[in-house]
Amino acid sequence: MASASVAAEGAMADKRATQWRIRRIWSGLGVGTAAACAGIAAVTLLVIFGYVIAKGVTALNIDFFIHLPRPVGIEGGGVSNGIVGSAIIVAISAVLATPLGVLAGIYLALFGRGVLAEAVRFLADVLSGVPSIVIGLFAYTVLVAPLKHFSAFSASFAFAILMLPIIVRTSEEAIRTVPRVIREGALALGMSTYNATINVVLPAARGAIITGLLLGVARVTGETAPLLFTAFGSQFWEVNPANPMAELSLQVFTYAISPYEDYHRQAWAGALILIVAVFIINLAARMALRSRVSRG
Amino acid sequence: MMTAQEQTRIGEKMGVRDLNVYYGSFHALKNASLSVGENRVTALIGPSGCGKSTFLRALNRMHDLTPGARVTGEVILAGKDVYAPGVDPVTIRYRIGMVFQRPNPFPQSIYDNVTFGPRLQGEHNKGKLDEICEQSLRRAALWDEVKDRLNRSALGLSGGQQQRLCIARVMSVSPEVILMDEPASALDPIATSKIEDLITELKKEYTVVIVTHSMQQAARISDVTAFFLLGELIETGSTTDMFSKPKDKRTEDYITGRFG
Repeated sequence: MASASVAAEGAMADKRATQWRIRRIWSGLGVGTAAACAGIAAVTLLVIFGYVIAKGVTALNIDFFIHLPRPVGIEGGGVSNGIVGSAIIVAISAVLATPLGVLAGIYLALFGRGVLAEAVRFLADVLSGVPSIVIGLFAYTVLVAPLKHFSAFSASFAFAILMLPIIVRTSEEAIRTVPRVIREGALALGMSTYNATINVVLPAARGAIITGLLLGVARVTGETAPLLFTAFGSQFWEVNPANPMAELSLQVFTYAISPYEDYHRQAWAGALILIVAVFIINLAARMALRSRVSRG
Repeated sequence: MMTAQEQTRIGEKMGVRDLNVYYGSFHALKNASLSVGENRVTALIGPSGCGKSTFLRALNRMHDLTPGARVTGEVILAGKDVYAPGVDPVTIRYRIGMVFQRPNPFPQSIYDNVTFGPRLQGEHNKGKLDEICEQSLRRAALWDEVKDRLNRSALGLSGGQQQRLCIARVMSVSPEVILMDEPASALDPIATSKIEDLITELKKEYTVVIVTHSMQQAARISDVTAFFLLGELIETGSTTDMFSKPKDKRTEDYITGRFG
């Protein structure tokens, strides 16, 4: 009797040990797979970065930054107009999208309830998934076709629409993370809702809102598709947003599909500038967030 | 501490009559009536969820901000019902300041925190603001600790200092009544005793209503105590009477530690 129960207990212990071993193998497999996937994601970026640097750095010189494009065969052509054009187009789009996006974020975080807020949130999510070329077409339809004129402004308009959902959702998130007691403290001090929101809640969320804004800027900086029928591109120095304007990613595109070796090298150099710019913007976004955290 | 006779002679600062608060269909506070004496500390005690914080937040209309919350009854401040139609809750909150359970300084400098209220009320004279800042911080017994770093972030202060900063911030707008919602519950014993000393000091100039979880704290600092249970105000009386000879069996059970 006694020995039988001991044997049964032993068998049970054996079984548990086996189960434990199997679980450990599965756990190891799971962690390994996840780590491998994370590694692939990171390595892909590094490979792209390395490849663009290797290809682009040979065409990169001071001329490239300060000169206008030159015809094939003539040395020293640059993309200065494209760099400035990108900056202008992105800056205008940020000016258009920021107030709208931040105010919408405030609404969703503090006041929006029920069907309307849910609808706004859902539409913002859908909008962020709409292909950029469709938004470019929309900008073409409302700003280019009626005026019969390509313009940098129409590109900014398209970019603003692309940035908007990012700014709305990050602002909403940023304002939501401001503790409720801070807002209540402001109201308990006799502030109107407006004052409490603008003077206390918004500054408290500033870092995270700037992060969202920069992520939106980074997102559109690399966009090319909407530019094809809005900014259109230009060989010349152009800073008037009412006119067609050169833009770096568009220049990369036109150079890359041209048949000339010289232009190909310049396309790589342009791509390198773009990727570095986006990298820097993302870095700035992280730093904006960090400074907020250290204050909080 | 005082006797019941003294209690009745004290002027009433706030009168609460038949106050009810509902969160949706939940009846959180039932027919509470209480007289808050001027320049007295009134403590609200009771187990968690008994309605004491709900009662406190009804006094300066903080429930206006909670969706689904509804308040009925009267809260008379200096002869006028704060819930009367046409009364702006913003002006009520100027007159009735509030200190919260968790210190909630604004993520700005110490100076900006203390001068925020006055600036909103239209005071922009730098000299006057400096004066208000120093005075409020002195009254909150914080001046000596922060006078050399007024322009540093308030978030760099310790929890106890932050809470005293919040009290200074409330005093900067010279309210008539100061409400405190468990102001020391997130603080260590030393910071707590500083806050308690401060409250005793405060009642010279202000009327204080304080929610507290600690019966010892209520006994130490308050003149009048109100006991809440399950949304009802069970008993009110001078703190000495309340802790020595409670009238209601339920009050006795609570203060002798039989529940809660």
